Amino acid sequence: MNSRYIAWAVGLAALVALPFVYREPYHLHILVLILIWSFAYTAWSIMGRFGLVSLGHGGFMGVGAYVTALLWNHLDVSPWIGIPISMAAAGVLALVVAYPCFRFRITGHYFVLVTLALSGIVLQVITATRDYTGGSLGYTPDRARSGSGLMALQFDDKTTWYLIALFVWVVGLLIWRWVDRSMSRYAMEAISEDEDAAAAAGVNVTAEKLKITLISALMTALAGALYCQYQMFISPDTVSGIAVSLQMVFAVIVGGLYVSLGPTVGAVITIMLAEVLRIGFGTKAVGWDNLVYGVLLVIFIIFLPKGILGSVLDRLKTQPKPSGTK
Amino acid sequence: MQAFLDTFDIFLLEAIVNGILLGGVLALLALGLNLIFGVIDVTWICYAELVMIGMYGMYYMVQVFGLPYWVAAPFAILLVAALGAALHYIVIAPLLTAPPINQLLATGGVLFILQSFATVAFGIDFRNLGIRLPVLAIGEMHFSYSRLLAFAAALIGMLAIYFFMKRTYTGTAIRAVAQDRQIMSLMGVDTKRIYLITSALGGALAGLAACLLVLQYDVHPFVGLSFGPITFLICVLGGLGNFVGGFIAAFVFAQIISLGGLYSDLEWGYVLAFAFFIVMMFIRPAGLFARRS
Repeated sequence: MNSRYIAWAVGLAALVALPFVYREPYHLHILVLILIWSFAYTAWSIMGRFGLVSLGHGGFMGVGAYVTALLWNHLDVSPWIGIPISMAAAGVLALVVAYPCFRFRITGHYFVLVTLALSGIVLQVITATRDYTGGSLGYTPDRARSGSGLMALQFDDKTTWYLIALFVWVVGLLIWRWVDRSMSRYAMEAISEDEDAAAAAGVNVTAEKLKITLISALMTALAGALYCQYQMFISPDTVSGIAVSLQMVFAVIVGGLYVSLGPTVGAVITIMLAEVLRIGFGTKAVGWDNLVYGVLLVIFIIFLPKGILGSVLDRLKTQPKPSGTK
Repeated sequence: MQAFLDTFDIFLLEAIVNGILLGGVLALLALGLNLIFGVIDVTWICYAELVMIGMYGMYYMVQVFGLPYWVAAPFAILLVAALGAALHYIVIAPLLTAPPINQLLATGGVLFILQSFATVAFGIDFRNLGIRLPVLAIGEMHFSYSRLLAFAAALIGMLAIYFFMKRTYTGTAIRAVAQDRQIMSLMGVDTKRIYLITSALGGALAGLAACLLVLQYDVHPFVGLSFGPITFLICVLGGLGNFVGGFIAAFVFAQIISLGGLYSDLEWGYVLAFAFFIVMMFIRPAGLFARRS
């Protein structure tokens, strides 16, 4: 067990040190994107691993990104305040939709489709209020005056963003681990097996589900706000809607739903894949990356439902270990 | 109030009639999805994308190969029916015993595949058939013939399915499987074959919808997103697998979209429809016409 902590510490130290020795901007940019999306995917998997498959996370992400940007542009509210507000907004949205869902036992297909409606609403509201949000053309937060970059949470320096994204990603993993070790995990697993039995055993089904949903929604909104601050451009298609929700589900399934680093592996694979295809095919690549995504997703669900990392770890565990390593 | 009515009632009436016409096509889509769900217990998230492929099929047959619309339509329906059967055979059949969520996500993957396949193969340009049907004017109201035609054809399609289900041996078997899939295989019904036929039927309905929608809308790779989500909501609101519920819910939704679009932008019509859906889910979680168990 001790060797695991050492491995984690060494890995982290290497990741923190990376931007100081390696400064290639394009690669750092990819890394920042991977870290931010990994955080979002981790947020989704916190819910998804208990059978609460939500296609509404595109909505939470959109709320996080757009509320932060709108507050900054129209009301001059610094993202330091705007991000908590946007997270709170997404949290309220999550509670408003999730509470009746859980209270009235909307599960399985129905839960997926209700949350699908949620991301549909967010996407349509962003498009419909185009006078404020720019509609489908996208939206850019105003550039801060020079010298007030910290207040506006806008940095030109890729290294700064890398460290911020790394920090948030680690926090995401810690939350995942905290949930994994908590009583909630056992409660949620019982609920996903059989709600009635769990309730009979004294689990407060609605409260436990709400807790997990709220955590997940808050994290997703934070990811959306960070993405907005980093890219300085958001559009309904990149941060909200059903496509983004499906993208989250896809990455997590590919990486592995039941292991802490699964969503991260999924983010690495999907983003690298998209970039490689984009560079390999040039401008002809429009569509090819999603085509490969889709084929992979179907293959994974049929043949490797535990994802790449999950299957690899399973394989390692079942192999007889040589004596003395444990 | 009177002045308000004077200016708006003609538009209101027009919007209501247009809503009914839209409802016909939505009901057709919902019927196909409900059929699949009711019999196979799978939700095809990619249903609207099948329609999109059918619309492209129509475009190519009519615009590129120069076939008349009436000749092209049956081919498009057959094409999408074959696609539906293939989807079942390749993706759903291996997952029949998997958790429902996996089946749902696998069809989500197919959604990606079809969308990006269309992007790669056909490009992202908006295309249309170039057929302009005349507009019917009654008093000051205007209805396009393409909508009337779509409504009529959708009704005929639904009636055809109804009689197929009621009057033929295969149809009876499909209804029986929908009621109890374990028992029916014991009764000597080949469920695998029934599933394939049902998938092809669902596909054929999507193909018919494609033939009708391509008259009204331009086709592009993401056209499915503009009516796909609405179709799921209709099915859920009517109760997944409940044909009558889906039929009525389609008209309710169409009215909301049409009337919402009358007083504001079309997007707000959709927002209203989505919001109405979420509220209704809380009032009647198992659908509008669920039998209380």
